[in-house]
Amino acid sequence: MVMIEPTSGGRFGKFGGRFVPETLIPACEELEVAFREAWADPTFVDDFHRVLRDYGGRPSPLTECFRLSNQLGCRVLLKREDLNHTGSHKINNVIGQALLAQRMGKTRLVAETGAGQHGVATATAAALLDMDCKVYMGAVDVQRQSLNVFRMQLLGAEVEAVKSGSQTLKDAVNEALRDWVATLEGTHYCLGTVMGPHPYPWMVRTFHHVIGDEANEQCLALTGTDPDVVVACIGGGSNAAGIFSGFASSESRLVGVEPAGGAAVGRGIPGVVHGMNSYLMQDEVGQVQEAKSISAGLDYPGVGPEHAFLASIGRAEYPSVNDQEVIEAFQLLSRTEGIIPALETAHAIAWVVREAKNLQGQTVLINLSGRGDKDVDQMMEILNVDRVV
Amino acid sequence: MTGSFEEALRSKRASGKKLLVVYVTGGFENWEASVEAAAAAGADAIEIGIPFSDPVMDGPVIQQASQIALDRGATPLSVLQAAAELDTGIPHAVMTYYNLAHNPGHDRFAASLVRAGITAAILPDLPFVESAPWREVASKAGIETVMLAAPTTPDHRLGDLCAAAHGFVYAVGLLGVTGERSALADTATKIAARCKAVTDKPVLVGVGIGSPAQAVEACSVADGVIIGSALVRQMLDGHGAEGVGQLVSRYRAALDEG
Repeated sequence: MVMIEPTSGGRFGKFGGRFVPETLIPACEELEVAFREAWADPTFVDDFHRVLRDYGGRPSPLTECFRLSNQLGCRVLLKREDLNHTGSHKINNVIGQALLAQRMGKTRLVAETGAGQHGVATATAAALLDMDCKVYMGAVDVQRQSLNVFRMQLLGAEVEAVKSGSQTLKDAVNEALRDWVATLEGTHYCLGTVMGPHPYPWMVRTFHHVIGDEANEQCLALTGTDPDVVVACIGGGSNAAGIFSGFASSESRLVGVEPAGGAAVGRGIPGVVHGMNSYLMQDEVGQVQEAKSISAGLDYPGVGPEHAFLASIGRAEYPSVNDQEVIEAFQLLSRTEGIIPALETAHAIAWVVREAKNLQGQTVLINLSGRGDKDVDQMMEILNVDRVV
Repeated sequence: MTGSFEEALRSKRASGKKLLVVYVTGGFENWEASVEAAAAAGADAIEIGIPFSDPVMDGPVIQQASQIALDRGATPLSVLQAAAELDTGIPHAVMTYYNLAHNPGHDRFAASLVRAGITAAILPDLPFVESAPWREVASKAGIETVMLAAPTTPDHRLGDLCAAAHGFVYAVGLLGVTGERSALADTATKIAARCKAVTDKPVLVGVGIGSPAQAVEACSVADGVIIGSALVRQMLDGHGAEGVGQLVSRYRAALDEG
């Protein structure tokens, strides 16, 4: 059995754990206890699913891509997380954590964000539940995702541009952790992906499990069986963890697609940072390296520890695609299906396009984790398109 | 079991003195001179920081110094090679983050410390609950592992944590990252007192001490203090070893006067 509860201490095999300063250990323990209690409480679980339905728009549909399937020679299905409120899968986790934080008596959320999707989702949940919200975002990402910064501000959140280190997602995580160390009593750290100290990787995956559960039922209803391949993009790995968890005990092949410039699993060097033992991009002495790709949301040098485990036992595979393949996939899906994917999500599509010759006749389920509106400005620059006046 | 680092602190404490441990960012310009100046000005032990890319427990001052050191090309090897050349007459510890021990492997990292004349290690992101595998290797190599006790550490863990600590117990003075504060947090003396109640190992307060007066206040309960950001700020502000020496003298004098 894989993708069940981690062993005590939060281990997935040798990965995971709780490598944070002592000050935070009791907070992680308290969070674990609170999460276990809440998840065993039908009232909490009902509330969670009710908010996801009435506010978040779940269940998200499963879309069969007739034109793309025809072009690629395999049957392509999309799990439409882009149609959730705030435009990505991120809302599932954020609603779960915000409801939990409220149940724990916390009044303030802090979050890190890369592309801004998790920051927007957290700011949204904070507005909905009347909580204070502060989002840390690398100064470089603030530049490339200025629209999302403004969206967070519109929602009432404070956004701080992080100027330390590489000024990207990993530094935003550091700063959010530093904030949390100092504000424990009233603050919950609303971590945006399946990384960090136990119980985060497990808790965040559990909140995203709904993606996999729905997709499993929808695939069965549509095709009568499990898909041959389940594909998702990987930064920290939350959308992949969500959809994989619905198929972990099936025969489906699980594929997590990393950016070439941020291939933590691909390089396969274990390391410890941000509270976890996992695969980590690092130099020869152990300094953490900056991930670099076309999509801010995947520019994370690590990966969730459960993905490291799934890779190590061979249950899931983690290939990478380069920026050029992503740019082409972004346009391909837009033109063939009328769906503009997030650049992050376009990584998953790019892999399917590249591998199509080996997937002939197979059913391929792609987690369409987010919509691409936020990336349109960046694509105009990349494609050298002039604005029509 | 006590090693040479803890023995040195215990014997200073037995002579009636309050303990002054100072932190210097390794790899910063002329950091070796700052270490020597701190020792000459009366520090009882030195923490040599090996700069790390993601110093999550550090505030802005030490973050900045670490980044400058990294930009100058500092590596664990370069810092430890330079440390091996230092002869201050007081014990040296390293303070760094766990990945720099994890990457080469516990055995190799411990051996590299031994070669550099280091006798203790402080790894703030390796909490007590995750520390056993490292402590076992370190202990065999003769490296004492300092444990950090936080204001949030529950009583049921504090005893085991202090029992596992070697060198000294690092009582984290406040909820927050390293850096000077305008007043001593009331959590500082509380955590020191809680540690003192369960261990006879030296208990030093670090994080948040911003003046000699605050150091004296912390030592009303603790056996000593750790001064980091205040000292590194001297280095960042360009006052160099001279500024470091003067600062350490002020703390030394204040602690000795009590």
